[in-house]
Amino acid sequence: MRIRALVKRIIRQFKRDKRTLAMMFLAPLLILTLVSLVFSGNDYEPKIAVISDQQPVADQLEKTDKAFTFYESSSKAEDDLKNEKLDAILYVNPPSTKIMLEGSNPTANKAVMTTVDKALKAMSPLSDQLKTLQPKVDYLHGSPKMDSFDYIGPFLIGFFIFFFVFLISGVSFLRERTTGTLERLLATPMRRWEMVAGYVIGFGIFTIIQSAIIVSFSIYVLDIMMKGSIWYVILITLMLAITALSLGTLLSAFAKNELQMIQFIPIVVVPQVFFSGLFNIDTMADWLQPLSYIMPLTYGGQAIRDVMIQGDGWSQIYDDVLVLAGFSLLFMVLNTLALKKHRKL
Amino acid sequence: MNSVIHVSNVSKSFSKHDVLQDISLSVAKNEIYGLLGPSGAGKTTLIKMIAGIETPTSGKITVLDTTMPSLQIMKRIGFMAQSDALYSELSGRENLEFFASIYGLKGAKQRERIEQTAALVNLTDFLKKPVNQYSGGMKRRLSLAAALLHEPEILILDEPTVGIDPVLRQSVWNELYKLSENGTTILVTTHVMDEAEKCGQLGMIRDGRLIASGSPQQLKESTSSETIEDAFLYYGGVRHEN
Repeated sequence: MRIRALVKRIIRQFKRDKRTLAMMFLAPLLILTLVSLVFSGNDYEPKIAVISDQQPVADQLEKTDKAFTFYESSSKAEDDLKNEKLDAILYVNPPSTKIMLEGSNPTANKAVMTTVDKALKAMSPLSDQLKTLQPKVDYLHGSPKMDSFDYIGPFLIGFFIFFFVFLISGVSFLRERTTGTLERLLATPMRRWEMVAGYVIGFGIFTIIQSAIIVSFSIYVLDIMMKGSIWYVILITLMLAITALSLGTLLSAFAKNELQMIQFIPIVVVPQVFFSGLFNIDTMADWLQPLSYIMPLTYGGQAIRDVMIQGDGWSQIYDDVLVLAGFSLLFMVLNTLALKKHRKL
Repeated sequence: MNSVIHVSNVSKSFSKHDVLQDISLSVAKNEIYGLLGPSGAGKTTLIKMIAGIETPTSGKITVLDTTMPSLQIMKRIGFMAQSDALYSELSGRENLEFFASIYGLKGAKQRERIEQTAALVNLTDFLKKPVNQYSGGMKRRLSLAAALLHEPEILILDEPTVGIDPVLRQSVWNELYKLSENGTTILVTTHVMDEAEKCGQLGMIRDGRLIASGSPQQLKESTSSETIEDAFLYYGGVRHEN
């Protein structure tokens, strides 16, 4: 009954505070879109040098796609490649074909490969042998392992949900204290755990909507790679959001005002970025690696990626989901205890 | 004696700072008991302990024959804090609905109590407005209504008339008299000397000590003072001479 009253109140407050709702729902979409555009612009037009001892082949390539430019001197082409004036050099000396990629930009690499592939397939029967040839690929920088938004996207989804929920729930709970309403609530027979539970459920409803919006947007609009089930991704992001929610309300007990709440971001949120899997944990200093075990985003980020890229199902992700549930429960218990500072009972 | 609030030898300190020292007082049923003292004297801390929010460092507080803090007794207390503890995004009615639900009022009973308390504080026409459009006085009145919703046997009010114009202050006091006649015990803090005269019993608090208690009349007579203010100065001075 009392929890329901609290949940209803939170929903009403949210409806009045449209800006916070917009921040929770739309800000992650905006940032994800920006990142997606930066990392996987489809309109990238590659510049490819063609080096060939067969003039007709080179001419034909130039005709099929304006990406190709015929270079007479291979040393000039290599210089241009080093200076990033070119994205790749295509050596066509039948029966061998070789591509040298500049390599540092995954988007450019992809564009080059697509363009070359298309061009070679479109070649006339005159150079029939070319069609069957698989070009040999070399990299000036980087490696074929480098991936783009498909790779970092899953972590970003987890991270932004964590970040915004942490901030909004923390500040709301803090405001309850600074405006005196917490004290007012503590003068009622409401129990401390009921207060914590009410907050988690009230905000939880909005985090379900948030998770659903962000995950569907990433998959259907930003066209991020999605091998597994969208329901698992929503489940994981929801668990991550509830962890952020319980952590935010817990830490707000240790902040005196909104600014101090924001100061928790570099201490609590940013370090998690480094462990979420966005960066390779294995290459980190040995003493740092165990830290990843206490970071909720590690479990959330890994699980989202496993579902989205590897297409994993429940049997692979349930342990991550359980760990996140454990974190949430722990933070809620600690929050109930932290409220003891304001009322013993 | 028929006392509903009984405070015996209560002291409270926050870390090393002593806020209240050895306070003893009791409040009889139906009484309006005023705690008078300058801000910082420890009035708020004392009533928070009586309301069950704070716990005494030493001593004992019983309310309705139960040692505080007790969640069962808190259901029978109405509390109005010094700051208007309201949700400014919500309308007046939504605020009252929230507090009513917390005290377990629902359905028709809830609506009835909201209408009654809103009418009592003259806010019936403004219940639809969001609270952030309320004036200071309206917020105070809404806070009072929120404290009255569950028909508490004991009403604890922290500076209820701060920032309210004299006409409204009079009407708030008239309400308090009415509630007291109907059996509610009222504990109210104030730092306004003339307001203290309206209380049946007074406790004067200064620097965390109860320096005097009794009816306003008694306090004035025993110090041969014209006003409560003079009586307060008299008792305050006595302690300094010691």
